[in-house]
Amino acid sequence: MPININHIRTVKIEQEIKESPTVKTFMFKDPIAFRSKPGQFLMVWIPRVEELPMSIMFSSKQEYSAISIRKHGIGSTKLFDKKIGDILGIRGPYGNSFTVSKKLQKNVLLVGGGTGLVPLIRLADFLKRNNIKYTLIIGAKTKEEILFYNLAKQLVTNTQCKVIVTTEDGSFGIQGRVTDGILDIIKKENFDMIYTCGPELMMKNIFMISLENSIPIQASLERYMKCGIGICASCCINDKIVCKDGTIFDQKQLSKMSEFGKVFRDKSGRKSRY
Amino acid sequence: MRDTSTFYYQQKNSTGSDILSIDFAGINLRNPLLLASGFLGISQEIFNRLYRSGIGGIVSKSISIDPMEGYKGPTIISTNEKSYLNAIGLSNPGAEAFSEEISNNLTPLIVSLVGSSEKDFPTLIKKFDSLNILGYEINLSCPHVAKMGMEVGDDPNLVTKIIRTVKNITKKPVIIKVGVGSTDVVQLAKTIQDSGADAITAINSIRAMAINIETGMPILSNKIGGLSGASIKPVGIRCVYEITKKVDIPVIGCGGIFSWEDVIEYIQAGACAVEIGSVIGNKGINIFQQITRGLLKYLNKKGYKNIMEVHKLAHKY
Ligand SMILES: Cc1cc2nc3c(=O)[nH]c(=O)nc-3n(C[C@H](O)[C@H](O)[C@H](O)COP(=O)(O)OP(=O)(O)OC[C@H]3O[C@@H](n4cnc5c(N)ncnc54)[C@H](O)[C@@H]3O)c2cc1C
Ligand SMILES: Cc1cc2nc3c(=O)[nH]c(=O)nc-3n(C[C@H](O)[C@H](O)[C@H](O)COP(=O)(O)O)c2cc1C
Ligand code: FES
Repeated sequence: MPININHIRTVKIEQEIKESPTVKTFMFKDPIAFRSKPGQFLMVWIPRVEELPMSIMFSSKQEYSAISIRKHGIGSTKLFDKKIGDILGIRGPYGNSFTVSKKLQKNVLLVGGGTGLVPLIRLADFLKRNNIKYTLIIGAKTKEEILFYNLAKQLVTNTQCKVIVTTEDGSFGIQGRVTDGILDIIKKENFDMIYTCGPELMMKNIFMISLENSIPIQASLERYMKCGIGICASCCINDKIVCKDGTIFDQKQLSKMSEFGKVFRDKSGRKSRY
Repeated sequence: MRDTSTFYYQQKNSTGSDILSIDFAGINLRNPLLLASGFLGISQEIFNRLYRSGIGGIVSKSISIDPMEGYKGPTIISTNEKSYLNAIGLSNPGAEAFSEEISNNLTPLIVSLVGSSEKDFPTLIKKFDSLNILGYEINLSCPHVAKMGMEVGDDPNLVTKIIRTVKNITKKPVIIKVGVGSTDVVQLAKTIQDSGADAITAINSIRAMAINIETGMPILSNKIGGLSGASIKPVGIRCVYEITKKVDIPVIGCGGIFSWEDVIEYIQAGACAVEIGSVIGNKGINIFQQITRGLLKYLNKKGYKNIMEVHKLAHKY
């Protein structure tokens, strides 16, 4: 019988990694998520607490998958506080994925902020395995909050790829926001695609830069999600259903979204401004 | 202003007749496929997209006076390939925000309303009555929110009070949505007809539950939810059949429609139109076009001039 990915599968946390004071990665066995495409997400059930959308994180172990959680509100804090041996429920993978064409993509730029880096790390692994050159820019507020730097460095060994870090306080790497570092790099390299995920206002800025420099872009959008399967519309942006049509949208689609970087809907569905 | 030329195009069959168009309770639709309440029901831009994709009409998410955030997750889970269990908790943007959302509506839209007593409805109707909408569907059958929905539907006096209140303040058609609660649905349908409602939608999702056997925990945060999708279709068919045997006002069939065959079955049971929801989780919004195509093929093959020629066919036997 084919597996129903909408059915909640229970998994046991087998390993945890402290990424920063507020971010943790949990590893668990799940062959389905292990085989998901870069950019897809899971709906994660924190039993009797909440269910949250979480990007699928890179896992080096065969048949295993992972999620990286930032401690934020009530739900994510309860998830962050889970321990090895605890049970979680997952369903998915959901959403589309980053598209990479081996013909068209010879040199690409990945720009991520915060937990937005999660899908980009899996993308970086995919690019590495397909011998596509990339530059990954990791944005953080402070040195302490830099995510996945060591892992990203491991992924680039023996390749012509680069990892660049920007911190807002200058405690590590280039001082400034990710968008500050980008212009210089774009001038030097000949990028044929930008992939981005992170805070929406950051992505909006990168989108503007991509337009000005005529480089195609794919951005992974985040919206409040309840179902993850395209029936409730809590995640909608303009006429797009982010969990189903996205989460990843290209330049043409983003250009038509008047709400991109401006408007999101809260848990009741009311529109708010960023 | 309505842009009738480009937006309200009619879906003609090859011979040019309106083979799928339907007319009930003063509502005219290009085809009998309506979006069920609670599915993609809060965004005007998505309504426009659904209409472009071939839907006959749209029922909005059930709107309450004040915004509601709904329950914590999980709010929607799948019980099998084609069925879902939900306890959303009637999350909705509230009457103020939603009336603004649809202030320039051009789609054939029915606004679903929910309230805990008849006193809520004048406020709700006031927000929507001057807008370009076809009418109202009143949700008396949400199976998982206390004091709203099913508890209302199970109280015949309250049902009568709500219908009379609403009919007194609006000229637009009023449809009452029923479910399978503790009151016999046929009895309830009679009460609804006698109280002056224009039509009935049957059925809402059915009170149900699922437990995670690894932990022994109820999965939905609300523990109890409403079952929808293929699992409830035979119950929906039975309700439509029994109701239309006893009442004369039109009945919209709803519950578990996944294909054009299911639509025909509902209409043969006595439905004048259908509402479709859960299948979107499996097939996406292009399903409406697919179903329409299947219906046209079937009707043409059978030589029918209009889909309503199969209406109530099952009642003959
Ligand atoms: C596709 C997708 C992938 C995600 N991947 C990750 C990931 O890999 N790691 C990670 O840590 N988080 C991720 N998130 C965010 C995560 O799902 C939660 O939204 C976040 O953890 C806050 O949940 P909470 O219950 O703790 O917050 P709450 O207690 O619900 O709220 C705290 C605050 O966060 C806001 N908020 C809640 N949800 C969202 C949302 N979806 N978008 C914007 N604001 C919101 C609330 O309005 C509130 O102000 C992802 C979200 C999406 C949609
Ligand atoms: C996620 C979800 C939300 C729903 N919300 C509403 C609602 O707000 N008002 C309502 O009258 N019915 C609501 N329903 C019930 C549906 O409108 C419909 O009656 C039911 O799902 C059966 O149809 P289906 O099998 O085609 O989905 C909801 C159902 C689901 C699954
Ligand atoms: S989360 Fe329900 S439609 Fe996207």
